[in-house]
Amino acid sequence: MPVENSGLAVLSDQLVLVTVLLYVFAMIGYALDLGFGRPRSRARAAGTEAGADAGTEVPADAVLATVGGGTAPPAGGTTGPVEAVEAVEAAGRDATAGKEPPSWASRAGTVAVALTWLGWAAHLSAILTRGISVNRWPWGNMYEFVVAMCLAAVAAFLFMDLRYRVRFLGAFVTVAAALGLGFSVKYLEVQAGPVVPALNSYWIAIHVSAAIIASGLFTVAGVCGILYLVRKDTALRLPSLEDLDRIAHRAIVISFPIWTFAVIAGALWADKAWGRYWGWDPKEVWAFITWIAYAAYLHARATAGFKGRAAMIVQLIAFACLLFNLVGVNVFIGGLHSYAEVPG
Amino acid sequence: MSETERTGRAGVAVETPSPAGQKPAVRPASFGAVAWARWFWRTLTSMRTALILLFLFALASIPGSLWPQRGIADARVAQYFRDDPGLAEWLDRFWLFDVFRAPWFAAIYLLLFISLIGCVLPRAAVHLRELRRKPPAPPRNLVRLPHHASFDAGLTVEEAAARLRGRRYRVTTGPGWVSAEKGYLRETGNLLFHVSLVGILVAVAMGALYGYRGNVLVVEGEGFSNTVAAYDRYIPGQQVNAESLEPFSFTVDDFQATYIAQGERRGQPLDYSARLKVTDAPGAAERDYDLKVNEPLDVNGTLTYLIDHGYAPTFKVTDGKGQVAYDGPVPCLVAQPSTFTSECTIKVPDAQPQQLGILMGFLPSGVPMGGEWVSVFPGAANPLAQVYGVFAGDLGLGNGQPQSVYQLDPESLKKMKPLVMKAGEPPAGQKPDLPGGAGAPVTQAEPLAVGQKLDLPGGAGSIEFTGVKEWVALQITHDPGRMPALVFSALAVLGLVLSLTVRRRRVWVRVKNEAVATGEPDRSAPGLRHIEVGGLTRTEGGDFGEEFAEVIAALNPGVKDAR
Ligand code: HEM
Repeated sequence: MPVENSGLAVLSDQLVLVTVLLYVFAMIGYALDLGFGRPRSRARAAGTEAGADAGTEVPADAVLATVGGGTAPPAGGTTGPVEAVEAVEAAGRDATAGKEPPSWASRAGTVAVALTWLGWAAHLSAILTRGISVNRWPWGNMYEFVVAMCLAAVAAFLFMDLRYRVRFLGAFVTVAAALGLGFSVKYLEVQAGPVVPALNSYWIAIHVSAAIIASGLFTVAGVCGILYLVRKDTALRLPSLEDLDRIAHRAIVISFPIWTFAVIAGALWADKAWGRYWGWDPKEVWAFITWIAYAAYLHARATAGFKGRAAMIVQLIAFACLLFNLVGVNVFIGGLHSYAEVPG
Repeated sequence: MSETERTGRAGVAVETPSPAGQKPAVRPASFGAVAWARWFWRTLTSMRTALILLFLFALASIPGSLWPQRGIADARVAQYFRDDPGLAEWLDRFWLFDVFRAPWFAAIYLLLFISLIGCVLPRAAVHLRELRRKPPAPPRNLVRLPHHASFDAGLTVEEAAARLRGRRYRVTTGPGWVSAEKGYLRETGNLLFHVSLVGILVAVAMGALYGYRGNVLVVEGEGFSNTVAAYDRYIPGQQVNAESLEPFSFTVDDFQATYIAQGERRGQPLDYSARLKVTDAPGAAERDYDLKVNEPLDVNGTLTYLIDHGYAPTFKVTDGKGQVAYDGPVPCLVAQPSTFTSECTIKVPDAQPQQLGILMGFLPSGVPMGGEWVSVFPGAANPLAQVYGVFAGDLGLGNGQPQSVYQLDPESLKKMKPLVMKAGEPPAGQKPDLPGGAGAPVTQAEPLAVGQKLDLPGGAGSIEFTGVKEWVALQITHDPGRMPALVFSALAVLGLVLSLTVRRRRVWVRVKNEAVATGEPDRSAPGLRHIEVGGLTRTEGGDFGEEFAEVIAALNPGVKDAR
């Protein structure tokens, strides 16, 4: 039967604390970058309406090279918005050389990214050591599930940063992850141990992993959504509305099918474990509601009149349903899901 | 859906797809029944109505998660009725304990699916036509398009068309132009998704009509054969023929539960397993099967699940005439799952001269604690049977009223004579109204260990605790809709992914006969033509820019990276 290795379990607990510290330090770095670095929004406003607008702020050749106006250099007009922004930003740096922000600010941002990667590594190790210490998949209860979901959120952020340059989100994602971890250590932690027989199945790897990955991505989108709604138009240092909208949409487009898969895998597991594939168990009901709400967001965003704020609100309602399913259903309602083990 | 939504006017929610030839539902001015019917049908099948119904469907399922539901949590429903009968009755009037069987819930999903079908069929027709239609001719000014480029190259219309075809565009050509379109899979995926949703509903309905589910409790050593009569509870679908149950049978040889023995999690179950001997059909060879949680027994699509277990101590009851009136296992209800402290009821209708009713507690790992005996572990380390009460009299079995096998009928119990009572307070719910006066019962404090015997006072006989068996609760289900539901769900996901990721995009190429001097004209290459390329996506998001650059590179290999 399971070999419990308490040394590793203790190490795992300590690694979680290390992770929280690293995320908090990273958050400070991101905040310095946001606060004292280049204001993002002005450069952004220039970048989106490429061409004419951008021309007012940056040297004309920079615009043409990247965005391709009517004069058509070879195969112009082919850049995606992101690259355009980068180029415009680069150009903007030169153009506004006079009021160059302190260089330590952007270095703080770089350090913050490094710290986030480090924290993520510690986070991952914490989960691995816990899994190894009890010889099973390390998501057998609420504590483990929330810790893994935070890992997925940070991972989503880091990988999106590699592709789309979303460093401006760093402060908010790390703070969300640190809070999530703190919350689970304080209120949810249970001693590492084997799971009840119902959870002893390969489906845990499929169903729960999918739920975790989707939840992590949804969290990044949720962070974008909250920022979107609280952001004032004058707050030039915060990420722009278009950025937030774009990142949230990307995250959800990726995670929605994963979520769908998680629900279907859940149904397959339920067919094996509970003798029916769908039985309107509270968790099933809320998974379904969450699914509909995210589908509503995707539709709303595609509908002319609902773009922007309204779509974001729908997205946040969906995120609230997700969190309710995760915490509320386990704590207030209960049901067949036996992982809802929380300390009494 | 997105195609039409996107073309909709700003501020207008989703409308009926106009390509379907349906006008937006305008309320008829005159009062013809046909006009009203048409208006109703159009409104019902508009995408907006479908979406609203979808949200309603989600909203309507919320009460089903807030109040306990019959068939899922019957005990908690009963609790509701006990705690606040007035409120519970009102809730019940609105079907709030049966949300998923409520007429208003059914109304929502039936309307939803009619709406989906009415919406999807015309769109499928439009899509089919569109699949056969050629991409449209280019607009006058390609340079105005969101993505455009121009260059001089030795490219002909035919070559441009071939290269675009090579990139899997659907291509048509005209004098001096090529028109190419790609991404029809978006709408295909979308339709697939919606059709699959309808398919899922049909599969679920099929399961409800042609499937059945039943429960049965089996003690180690006993058997079960799949006939309606063998079930403790049997819930057939409306179309199920009792003759058509899969004719398999099995015996439960042994049940094993393992628990954590030490530490903070002492007593937590680790594994359950029931060893079965299965006969798939009459006359077939017997096979062994290890039935576990998560590993149901499958006999041609009829599944047997291990859903619960408990103890069934065995007793031998000898009556006042010296005859063995009962000898066998008594399945006990689990009163406390963490220690498996259980409550057992033995009814001995055959006892002479009077029937006997016996109430017992079963402690799998009994230890004395503060003058009481309690169980401290769910495994049967020190099984003890604690007599709560032995009663003589009429069990009331003959009066035609159905009785629970797990409890003595309280009405009859009042009239029975207590022979033995446990010292101290009997457990809640099992306290009989004792007739006072003469013949006070003998008190019994010590529990019985296996092999021990309790002699009843006044020569009424004896009870011997002979051993410990376990029972398993099994659920047996047959749901012919399982596989179709799975297939349609998989198709729904596929359709969804397609409709979310594929973009409909168009590329036009115009080939002018002569090169137009741009910057440095290259007269050294004769046959050079001026090429204009424009592209657009009909759905936003994504990086069409990258793909457009690749198209340019394919059309004009001279330029390595179009950027
Ligand atoms: C979408 C929201 C859902 C989430 C976040 C979720 C998450 C989880 C988690 C964390 C576990 C426990 C694994 C563990 O503790 O290690 C689990 C188990 C399980 N889930 Fe879900 N689940 C969801 C929806 C569903 C649905 C819709 C179904 C069925 C249709 C389902 C069926 C199951 C089954 C059968 C188990 C294992 C048995 C058990 O916990 O007793 N889940 N799920």
